[in-house]
Amino acid sequence: MFAFFLSSGLFLGWSLGANDASNVFGTAVGAKMIRFRTAAIYCSIFIILGAVISGAGASHTLGKLGAVNALGGAFIVAFSAALSVYLMTLARFPVSTSQSIVGAIIGWNFFSGALTDVNSLTKIVSTWILCPVLSALIAILFYKIIVFVISSFRIHMFRLDRYTRNGLLLAGIFGSYSLGANNIANVMGVFIHVSPLSDISFFGLFNLSATQQLFCLGGVAIAVGVLTYSKRVMATVGSGIMDLSPVAALVAVWSHSIVLFLFSSQSLETFLRSHGLPAIPLVPVSSSQAIVGAVLGMGLLRGGKSINWRIVGGISSGWVITPVIAALLSFVSLFFMQNVFMQKTFKPVPYQITEQAAHKIDKAGFSSNELKTLMGKKFESAVKMKKALSAHISLTPKILNIVLSASKINEMEITMDKINSIDSNWISDEQIRALEKFYGQKFMHQWQFAEALEYNSSFWQFHESDIKFNENLNRKFLYLYNLFEK
Amino acid sequence: MDNILKKNISIEKEIDDFLNQFSEAGLLFKSGVDIYLSGKKDRFQKTIDEITQIEHKGDALRRSIEEKLYRKTLIPESRGDVLDLLESLDALLDRFKGALYRFDIECIEIDPKFHDDFKELVRNVVNASEALVQSSRSFFKDISSIANHMHKVSFWETEADKISTMLQKRIFKQNEMRLSQKMQLRDFVRHVDKIADRAEDVADDLSIFVIKRSL
Repeated sequence: MFAFFLSSGLFLGWSLGANDASNVFGTAVGAKMIRFRTAAIYCSIFIILGAVISGAGASHTLGKLGAVNALGGAFIVAFSAALSVYLMTLARFPVSTSQSIVGAIIGWNFFSGALTDVNSLTKIVSTWILCPVLSALIAILFYKIIVFVISSFRIHMFRLDRYTRNGLLLAGIFGSYSLGANNIANVMGVFIHVSPLSDISFFGLFNLSATQQLFCLGGVAIAVGVLTYSKRVMATVGSGIMDLSPVAALVAVWSHSIVLFLFSSQSLETFLRSHGLPAIPLVPVSSSQAIVGAVLGMGLLRGGKSINWRIVGGISSGWVITPVIAALLSFVSLFFMQNVFMQKTFKPVPYQITEQAAHKIDKAGFSSNELKTLMGKKFESAVKMKKALSAHISLTPKILNIVLSASKINEMEITMDKINSIDSNWISDEQIRALEKFYGQKFMHQWQFAEALEYNSSFWQFHESDIKFNENLNRKFLYLYNLFEK
Repeated sequence: MDNILKKNISIEKEIDDFLNQFSEAGLLFKSGVDIYLSGKKDRFQKTIDEITQIEHKGDALRRSIEEKLYRKTLIPESRGDVLDLLESLDALLDRFKGALYRFDIECIEIDPKFHDDFKELVRNVVNASEALVQSSRSFFKDISSIANHMHKVSFWETEADKISTMLQKRIFKQNEMRLSQKMQLRDFVRHVDKIADRAEDVADDLSIFVIKRSL
């Protein structure tokens, strides 16, 4: 069943591969500098590598926007996104899978009564503008440097062309890696929370997490899209971009690849944060918009006369139209899926200010006494709880967030058969022993279970500066939540 | 990577050699005309041999360069332009050789009163072709400086046109010459002037190649 539901994600991956590979290798293939077969093979390999190695960063933000918690829902979200990409392509609008998936997730949020995280949404929408702007700036800078180098060192035409060819190949490889890393979240992000896959440890040497396995599948789907359908798109896009000089085309592809990398590199984010610099949000961005941004940047540098403002208008309208269509499609399709096909599209997440929740709210610095009238009342969804809260008291977004996350109900029961089913290659014996102490206990909230584990065992405690360890521990917690959930 | 670089260096050298041959052909043509006009038949024959050799060498170089270019050395779009340029330069080189052969075959009699104008015409034609060589070198090595040479091709072509028109008028004003003689001389003046015209055409093509390659 999972394989069937995953098909919509794979379809989305396929269309992404068919369309976006042209941004990466289109110039080189369209101008016959690299053979299609060579380009497609490089592109496929590096997209899969990028997805598996660096795909986690961007998917995290998308997961925060809305955690689709039922397989049927994830199927519809990916399907609506893929369908809106297809429809928009038919209408000859420049589309982005990033925008359609965000719209589709918001559609799911509306349908399921989950709250859309405004912070994540703002972060994502701002990057849609930031991405082409940043790409344009990088292109301008690169272009100026390259022109300076070429005119200062008087590079022979033959040598320059050789460098350009090799540069395009490298840019293509880097671009494929970045595309995989950045856009895999669009394809597989919604399936993370509902996937039945578990982590696989290879002889204790390295560990392939469930998410990475999912991303690998998505990467393969993108690669199949590249191999089967991108040739035609490459030929058209490539010849279009070659109206620029080969060097300018090289700059465009490099800028695109760098921007995609910036929006997906966790190590860069960590580096910037550790040096007190503002970090670039890890968000899936549109590769088409990145490349168009770069071309626009160089066009502006030359005075802007050669810019086709109709294309710019088309892209801007895509920012609004694509997510709206995807959200509507998603909402309507979810309705049909649930009421006609009788499939579960979401798992209701109730909210209740329990005693423990009140205690946690108090600890966070807000007096739960003010919420006394709502104590013990159970709400069907986050939206209903929020409504009740707003009717009762006015809260700042930060406090609201604290109250909601403390009151979220995910009932869990620690049973021995489930403890025995844990993969001991991944979760250590000490960690399992700590879990065994909770045998037979029940928890109302996930945070409650996590706090109890952390309090009782140092093996379940986060390390302050060890990001890798913390990430791994987070994944383990997520695994336990799914395992013990009633 | 090493192989690729070596192959490129050898093409770069071959292109330089080819342009040298073209430039030398122009100089030989000039000295050949001077020698012919001074009536030194033996030395003229030697010049013809030399220019024939240069033409053969030019042909061989062009073929070798073309072969290498077809083996994906260049970005395909530039490859077509470079091939066009080389073909045009080779055709011009042939015209230099052809003009000297015409002297030899037709044994053209040129009245000494036309010698100076003839020499002037040849000088302008050779200057135009030399400016074309400089432009071509810049096209390959330093595209930003090509404008320094390109305009000179047009300048020398216009000068050559002026002298050619004036010379033809003077020829047809001569009452003592037979019409057949006048027509032979006129054809010859036109043949030489045509070299400058072709050089200008090649320069025009080159300016389009430059626009296509401009960063």
